[in-house]
Amino acid sequence: MRAGEVYGFLGPNGAGKTTTLRMLLGLIRPTSGRVRLLGAEPGPASLARVGALIEGPAFYPYLSGRANLRVLADHAGVRRTRVEEVLDVVSLTERAKDRYSTYSLGMKQRLGLAAALLKDPELVVLDEPTNGLDPAGMADMRVTLRKLAAGGCTVLLSSHLLAEVEQICDRVGVLDRGRLVAETTVADLRSGGALRVVAEPLEQARDHLRHRYGGVRVDGRALELDVDPGEAGRVNAGLVGAGCTVTELRWHEPDLEQTFLALTGGTPDAA
Amino acid sequence: MLRDIRAELTKQARRPATWLLLAVAVVLTLTFGYAVPYAGLSGATSGPPGSGRGLAAMLPDAFVGSALGGLPIFVGALALIFGVLVAGSEYGYGTWKTVLVQHPSRVAVYGAKLVTVALATLAAVLTLFAATAGASALVASLEGQALTWPAVSDVLLGLGAGWLVTTMWGALGVLLAIGLRSVALPIGLGLVWLLAVQNLLASIAAPLLDWVAQLQKVLPGPNAGALAAAFGASAPGVGQVVGSGQATAVLAGYLVVFGVLGGWLLHRRDIA
Repeated sequence: MRAGEVYGFLGPNGAGKTTTLRMLLGLIRPTSGRVRLLGAEPGPASLARVGALIEGPAFYPYLSGRANLRVLADHAGVRRTRVEEVLDVVSLTERAKDRYSTYSLGMKQRLGLAAALLKDPELVVLDEPTNGLDPAGMADMRVTLRKLAAGGCTVLLSSHLLAEVEQICDRVGVLDRGRLVAETTVADLRSGGALRVVAEPLEQARDHLRHRYGGVRVDGRALELDVDPGEAGRVNAGLVGAGCTVTELRWHEPDLEQTFLALTGGTPDAA
Repeated sequence: MLRDIRAELTKQARRPATWLLLAVAVVLTLTFGYAVPYAGLSGATSGPPGSGRGLAAMLPDAFVGSALGGLPIFVGALALIFGVLVAGSEYGYGTWKTVLVQHPSRVAVYGAKLVTVALATLAAVLTLFAATAGASALVASLEGQALTWPAVSDVLLGLGAGWLVTTMWGALGVLLAIGLRSVALPIGLGLVWLLAVQNLLASIAAPLLDWVAQLQKVLPGPNAGALAAAFGASAPGVGQVVGSGQATAVLAGYLVVFGVLGGWLLHRRDIA
């Protein structure tokens, strides 16, 4: 990972995302291989620079949100005044005195994020941080994560929600059955678009385009060309000149889900 | 580690179950050490241990024995439950990962839990001593007896004995919780051992089988009972099967073994 980026850790359920994160954080040991976290073996020294929220928030239900964070601040060895700062970051100050057991799922997630920020970490590891959040909560979480990255904090975000990753992350790694099958930017992951043309008569349009551009794929009533998006005007003019009626002409960008499924060998039903 | 201890103390002090366990220990000790014997003072002269406690056993100079009477049985059981809660709740609430990603070492957190158990049991034993001292003073005043207190050294030795017994059972609770990674099963198994198996061994097996009788001398329950009996305690499960010196050594040995084993398990196991 690069310092200051938001890195998406994608993968279908069971791909090994959480297991990888648990190994990174020293909660479980790898059966083989080595784990390096910020250039060192996972341990108290390297973990001192990392904040994490793994597999959803888990706190002491009989303590208030503030008391929970104070307990964790003691374990983390940070001053207790830091608690008020992180409560403010996640907008939980007003409900901080209430018992954790009375919190909504969204508030629990925010408290989990607050706990991850207690150490003012260089790296924040978040496992499905928007699970259970309503749209407003998800938007708030995205803003908070972008703010963290803007402040120089590196964020590792594990998720199976492609839209979330697409909106937040600079780069993504795609995990499938324990193996990293792709690591790239979201933009690159979505590259490989095609010009989609619907024209009549179809066969005449296909022949014209094949003669002019080579490879043309037929997708039902539509034709797809691997050309630059800027070629659309000339394609249209050529088809009209060839006596075809063009009813649709648009740049079709594959969505992240299709790319994801192609990389992980999944099917829409399975995903 | 001091901050880990403060964190653990905060968790347990603010937990309602901690205070409930303490209240139950005090109520049971006073009930079976004073209320029931005092109510039956005029009638009961024979029966199970404790039912025929005479007035002398309820007076101030015998309050140490009264305070320790419940240790081998219900107070020990309550200490075991407390130990299970201290460690097992982290599994129940899923908070091990929340704590450990804050980067304390597992050994430090475990050590803090054991220290917390030790401090809590010390507080509990002090409370029991205060409660029984108060009850004995009340009985003395009601019966017009003199307020004669035991020697300070006897009180301190009794406190130490009570602390050792309760901490040993608490450490067993911590070990069981870490070994079984839960709360309910460790409590259930611990109580079955403490309240059922030990009594069955003592009352049924030991009189019939000599090797069981010998085994009794190295089991935690009989040694806890022997230590309490050395201070004049009288209750079921309290008997002088060994001397107080040996009992102290055996209980201290169990405390060390339970403590080391629990730490070793927590250190080497994955946090699922």
